[in-house]
Amino acid sequence: MSVFVDKNTRLVVAGITGKEGQFHTRACAAYGTKVVAGVTPGKGGQKMDDIPVFNTMEQARKETGCNVAMIFVPPPFAADSIMEAASAGVPLVVAITEGIPVLDMMKAYHFIKASGVRLIGPNCPGIISPGKAKVGIMPGPIHKEGTVGVVSRSGTLTYEVVDQLTLNGVGQSTCIGIGGDPVIGTNFIDALKAFEADPETKGIVMVGEIGGSAEEDAAAFIKRNVTKPVIGFIAGLTAPPGRRMGHAGAIISGSSGTGQAKIEAMEKAGITVVRNLGQLGKTALELFPK
Amino acid sequence: MKIHEFQAKELFKKFDIPIPRGKAAFTVDEAKKVAAELGTFPVVVKAQIHAGGRGKGGGVKLAKSAAEAEKYIKQILGMTLVTHQTGPEGKVVKKLLVEEGLNIAKELYMAILPDRSNSTILLMASEAGGMDIEEVAAKTPEKLIKVWVNPAVGFQPYNARALAYQLNFDPEVTKQFITMAGKLYDLFMKYDCSLLEINPLVITKEKKLIALDAKINFDDNALYRHKDVVEFRDLNEEDALEVEASKYNINYIKLDGNIGNMVNGAGLAMATMDTIKLAGASPANFLDVGGGASAEMVENGFRILLSDKNVKGVLINIFGGILRCDILANGVVEAAKKVKLTVPVVIRMKGTNVEQGKKILEESGLPLTVAKDVWDAAEKVAAIAKKAKN
Repeated sequence: MSVFVDKNTRLVVAGITGKEGQFHTRACAAYGTKVVAGVTPGKGGQKMDDIPVFNTMEQARKETGCNVAMIFVPPPFAADSIMEAASAGVPLVVAITEGIPVLDMMKAYHFIKASGVRLIGPNCPGIISPGKAKVGIMPGPIHKEGTVGVVSRSGTLTYEVVDQLTLNGVGQSTCIGIGGDPVIGTNFIDALKAFEADPETKGIVMVGEIGGSAEEDAAAFIKRNVTKPVIGFIAGLTAPPGRRMGHAGAIISGSSGTGQAKIEAMEKAGITVVRNLGQLGKTALELFPK
Repeated sequence: MKIHEFQAKELFKKFDIPIPRGKAAFTVDEAKKVAAELGTFPVVVKAQIHAGGRGKGGGVKLAKSAAEAEKYIKQILGMTLVTHQTGPEGKVVKKLLVEEGLNIAKELYMAILPDRSNSTILLMASEAGGMDIEEVAAKTPEKLIKVWVNPAVGFQPYNARALAYQLNFDPEVTKQFITMAGKLYDLFMKYDCSLLEINPLVITKEKKLIALDAKINFDDNALYRHKDVVEFRDLNEEDALEVEASKYNINYIKLDGNIGNMVNGAGLAMATMDTIKLAGASPANFLDVGGGASAEMVENGFRILLSDKNVKGVLINIFGGILRCDILANGVVEAAKKVKLTVPVVIRMKGTNVEQGKKILEESGLPLTVAKDVWDAAEKVAAIAKKAKN
């Protein structure tokens, strides 16, 4: 099994006719994801490869029964596109777009929550259930079907972690990139809940970074509610305070958000924290049940 | 993006938020003229740099006469101001703000910022104004009053009342505060701010509420819709290399180590820096060329990180996935030739065509070493750093 996306995923891509949208739509389809529709305003009636393009998300939903939306729309219009997908009743929206203004996302966030839709991202690599469906920009071949759930705030760092797991023979049930922005739809706790509830997931890898308190909150949640073994990693221990390290969310302000505080909270919650990134795959091989 | 106090006060003025009378000045003569035009003493001479802690560093002075004003203007303009936020090298003061002095009865603190934990806008105020607010928050959190505004609904007067009635105001001041809080919220939302802070916000003996200080940071992602704010950008206040990097959409932050590094993706870049440290060396920078990383970006990134004279070795860590390593390798070789590479470079790359990429690097005749994984790369580059020291 897996969480959020699987063989039943019917994908619609917002921004399917753009350069990035086209490229990654093809990569998702090549991986085996059922891509059933695209949305680009003004290009309704056209086709991208064999995929029908619609003017609105509502039309796409009605005509194709799409149940997952992947957002590739440029930042100034992305929050609008996320809300359009939610409004059309698409139950899962995965927003890849990087650079959406925080205040736009805040409004979209409250809209999404009120409509009961799950949002993953924005500013994330997406989600993949190896061997079943890929909804995102991650390289498919580094993944391997298996029983470890991966949840991460990062993009390429997630690939590094997954690659090490795969090289050590540790397969993944689902890998979720929750995104590096201050406002995101799905947080660590949401992903942890899903992994805990999924009978096929036997262990969890959680990849965090400096800034905010999401990792501390997740650690407290794990202590109370998660029975499966968890490996943790925190990026940014050498980052100076007060500077935004690429991700808008990765900033240490005052004494909060430091890597040290996060590691302490995670270890207190019984999480095995890996300090040397190079050792993550091996640790997973030792710790997780076969 | 950060702006100066005098620029933030220009925006305050636009929203009818009370500020002291005053004007910015870039020369001694201009500043003297502003002081004279105020027609009253005392006046306050304030250094305009982006860092906080200016008062403690000697960058803010109260002058009781024209002669004293001139003395302070000459003293502050051109001085190297060192505060806890500038780093030990300090910042040269190139601009002043000269303002009327006020009869201060009480100093307060007020701030607005996004709260990422619940995706709302947080308004904070405290009677402990004029102090280091981090310290107030840590030692006496009960003195920091907070209210949260749902941005989808917008600011409501009760939000301001919730603050005002916990701050023990005179009824006259309460009224002014409620109006001001609404205007500050409007400014915050209209201009996509990421932080708005007034420390201190003062109540004068005449019972007027006035923003004595003003600090605003903006969401970089929203600057495309605020051309007037972009004009406020002061490149003097930013690191020259960081400015250069931002031209190419490269995220570069200078640090104080000697191992330059270039990585695609912010999370992996931070983790790579950490790994360098674990291996016993120290990173000279944070450099993220973006998840995609084209050959051109690699070239620009390479040039930028090598212009830091402290760099004794370089680690390149690119997790391509979709990116082809032969293209990346060609980019690195081209860049290395152009910048006349003199320091050793360790490269760890992952993606399609790794073997071809490796071959290109090895046959280039340049001091390029290929590492098999991230730890191997960190150890190799740490060995280089150690050698450089001896």
